[in-house]
Amino acid sequence: MENDDPIPLSALQHWLFCPRQCALIHLERQWAENAATADGRILHERADQPGRTRRGEVRTLRALPLRCHRLNLVGVADVVELRGGIPFPVEYKRGRPKSHRADEVQLCAQALCLEEMFDQPVSQGALFYGETRRRTEIVFDADLRALTVQVAAEIAAMLNSGTTPPPAFEARKCGQCSLIDLCQPRPLAHHPDVAGWLRRQLRD
Amino acid sequence: MRQHLNTLFVTTEGSWLRKDGANIVVEVEGQERGRVPAHMMGGVVCFGRVAMSPALMGFCAEQGIGVSFLSEHGKFIARVEGAQSGNVLLRRRQYRLADDPVVSAVIAGSIVAGKVANQRTVLRRALRDHGSNMAPDQAAAIDDAQRRLADAARLAAETTDLDRVRGLEGEGASAYFGVFDHLIRAAAPELRFRGRSRRPPLDVPNALLSFLYAILGHDCRSALEVVGLDPQVGFLHRDRPGRAGLALDLMEELRPLLADRVALSLLNRGQLTAKDFEWHDGGAVMLRDDARKTVLATYQERKRQELLHPFLEEKITIGLIAHIQARLLARHLRGDLDRYPPFLWK
Repeated sequence: MENDDPIPLSALQHWLFCPRQCALIHLERQWAENAATADGRILHERADQPGRTRRGEVRTLRALPLRCHRLNLVGVADVVELRGGIPFPVEYKRGRPKSHRADEVQLCAQALCLEEMFDQPVSQGALFYGETRRRTEIVFDADLRALTVQVAAEIAAMLNSGTTPPPAFEARKCGQCSLIDLCQPRPLAHHPDVAGWLRRQLRD
Repeated sequence: MRQHLNTLFVTTEGSWLRKDGANIVVEVEGQERGRVPAHMMGGVVCFGRVAMSPALMGFCAEQGIGVSFLSEHGKFIARVEGAQSGNVLLRRRQYRLADDPVVSAVIAGSIVAGKVANQRTVLRRALRDHGSNMAPDQAAAIDDAQRRLADAARLAAETTDLDRVRGLEGEGASAYFGVFDHLIRAAAPELRFRGRSRRPPLDVPNALLSFLYAILGHDCRSALEVVGLDPQVGFLHRDRPGRAGLALDLMEELRPLLADRVALSLLNRGQLTAKDFEWHDGGAVMLRDDARKTVLATYQERKRQELLHPFLEEKITIGLIAHIQARLLARHLRGDLDRYPPFLWK
């Protein structure tokens, strides 16, 4: 049977950071908090007071529920600015701009939801980074859209298969991950042959 | 991973436990007697007439804090379970593999290899630390037993037959408990070990072991709940309604380190003496109230000690071992590890 539970938008970011992290959270429903995730959670608790304000020509919607039937996605946008009726998503991040495209993909997925919900093309949005206190404008071009659609499909396939990808240990990346103790990437990647390990341990 | 994983033992009859924010509050006769932040806790164990608010029960279930109710003597009565949060894919996999006799035998073989190897460590440490003070025939008997345990552990790790695994476990138990009395250095005849007995325990060491196994069982059960495994469905211990088969499986490797060794040091350091026990008609021996507190304090202290986990090659507290092993078992069942690596105490 097809798994038709909608995929949370956060899963896209998790998948791009690490497919195994994504599977542990969204398939195995495991979660652990560290300082960074607690920070992020508190930041969002503050930002996620639903409401709307108007400043000049821009109406601002906060904590807007999102969905996209085409890609089977659900989530919540931190902020959507309506500029002359055109949605412009803004996502708040605690850190700084990153080398990988996870934040952009998450924002693009929000845009795809907004296009479906408002029946309007959404061509731009912005990421606001807490550390630099700067907005980075993002254009939803064909490449970014294709990547987003592909990531959503890969996650759907993973969830349907019920298979958690094997660990890939990368010291720097794994060190930031709050799930490192649940995942145990280092010993798992180190020990391809537990039977041999056990035999050696029992030898002396 | 939680760093502390303390267990809150509530032994005062008539205690009332309630939730206050993220704290667990203990009251006796309307007076607050203690308060602990819940995030420090891995479990709550209530002895005898102790009650708890539903709000706190729900909170503990949600936070993965195991809650058990035991009789005043440590016999398991009930445990609190919240809305099912475990991972259904993992449980299904657990059930499927538990139905496969070869897979079950290989997992059980790892568990028994770990248990028997750790029993051997208890004997080898006794020889190393006190062998020179022992009667030569006793030291020789212990040395002979540790060799038999080494063989049994190796064989258990190689077999694919569950009956064979059980047979090796039995051989290990007879070698180990055959010399267990030699490990007790207290002279009093009331403290001697006269062979394994339970339901009821018939001597002091057995009364201690039974009590410690009950406490360890609670910890193992909680650890399995936290990772989302079903504590009832075991590999070595087969299904029997009302029995926590997998919790018993997980406990096997930990008994020598967390129960047997604790019992021995309580007796050998003179922390417990004959007057800490009561002898019932028909031969049953039970721990007295104050003595239970001594045992629990020593057990908790033991859990805070650190050692090197040989598989993870990381320093960890002893209290975390059950949780780590539960996770390694889950990872094996999900296919991340080709075999379940038991905890080996060196």
